[in-house]
Amino acid sequence: MTLNTFKSVFFSALFMATSFGGYASENQENENDKEFNAKEMIMHHVKDAHEFHILDWNGKPISIALPIILWTDQGLVTFMSSEFHHDDSGSHIVEKDGLRFVKYHEKIYQLDANAQAVAFDAEHHPTNASKPADFSITKNVFMMWVSVIVLLLVFISTARVYKKSSTKIPTGIAGFMEPLIVFVRDEIAKPMIGDHKYKKYMPYLLTVFFFIWLNNIFGLIPIVNGANVSGNIAFTLTLAVFTFLVTNFSGNKNYWKHIFWMPGVPVPMKIFLMPIEIVGMFVKPISLMIRLFANITAGHIIILALMSLIFIFETTWVSPVSVAFSLFIGLIEIVVVAIQAYIFTVLSALYIGMATEEAHH
Amino acid sequence: MTITGIAAIGAGLAAIGAGMGIGRIGGSAMDAMARQPEIQGKIQTSALILAAFVEAVALFGVVAALIV
Repeated sequence: MTLNTFKSVFFSALFMATSFGGYASENQENENDKEFNAKEMIMHHVKDAHEFHILDWNGKPISIALPIILWTDQGLVTFMSSEFHHDDSGSHIVEKDGLRFVKYHEKIYQLDANAQAVAFDAEHHPTNASKPADFSITKNVFMMWVSVIVLLLVFISTARVYKKSSTKIPTGIAGFMEPLIVFVRDEIAKPMIGDHKYKKYMPYLLTVFFFIWLNNIFGLIPIVNGANVSGNIAFTLTLAVFTFLVTNFSGNKNYWKHIFWMPGVPVPMKIFLMPIEIVGMFVKPISLMIRLFANITAGHIIILALMSLIFIFETTWVSPVSVAFSLFIGLIEIVVVAIQAYIFTVLSALYIGMATEEAHH
Repeated sequence: MTITGIAAIGAGLAAIGAGMGIGRIGGSAMDAMARQPEIQGKIQTSALILAAFVEAVALFGVVAALIV
């Protein structure tokens, strides 16, 4: 590692750690009358939200308002999340088209006539309100679009370099991207899928690799770290479903034969193996989903929990320890985000390779 | 003991299992690399993949503990 790379890694990690501290202290200031609740703060941070909260300044929250799109009985209702005035306790009522909405713990409820606040029964079902279908552009969706735009810009300009140059020598941004793309081809696609068939799956693998990696990196940047995109189970579920579909649609005769009628074993064993193989077919994408979700969420929780220590012990003397430890964890996280993107891509390629493998005999 | 306490112990046990598993993978990978440095890259790749498999089991435990 050269001195320069070390410097940039070190300072970005330092910046990250200090900003996490800043965030936590703002939270504390705002809730001076209440006791500091680490679990609440962390969960608020890790979950999706209807507005993009950046920080609290002098007790006033600074945030980006995002559109709320609801499908109710009377059709589509849209308004900006700023109309809730940062209220998340269900006390501020927004009236639109004769319908009344409240936001309670990041869920939007449509109040019945005469109801002033949402009430719940023992099983946490609302008694005087209903839940409209929520298609809002939330924080995570917003961040995902940002990363899509970044990826498009990077890859379109990379492609343009190759189009223009007559020598095919990568210059500019292509010089940065080429080793990464070649890495995915030579270290992931070729060994896992095979030299003859890998080309068809390269677009999928490259997309998955760079999309996960970029979203993981965005999760580490302090200002936008509220957007825990790749630590959202719905996001990882969607990616895992894509891998499941690609694997099973590219599965050949050999693959299905191994699932339903395992060759080379006696008949009772064939019958015994069939349900196991069918379950295995679904467990593979489920483990992909859980792995990415849990790794990224755990990283966020650890850094925030270390910072919460200062407020739990209520002394500044703990802060050198928690800053040092979260710096350390932050450095590890820089490696982890790349490894998780790599693991997801490698395992997707491995499953595709297993599905397209030819019979050995 | 509350159900949350039991869940926390379960998560800890899952972490012990994963620690033992990843430790064995790491140790054996180091042995193999010392014996045959020329296939270091291949060993590293398979060690990472295997570590991911072991880790997934621990993460199932953590998620189960979180849900409880």
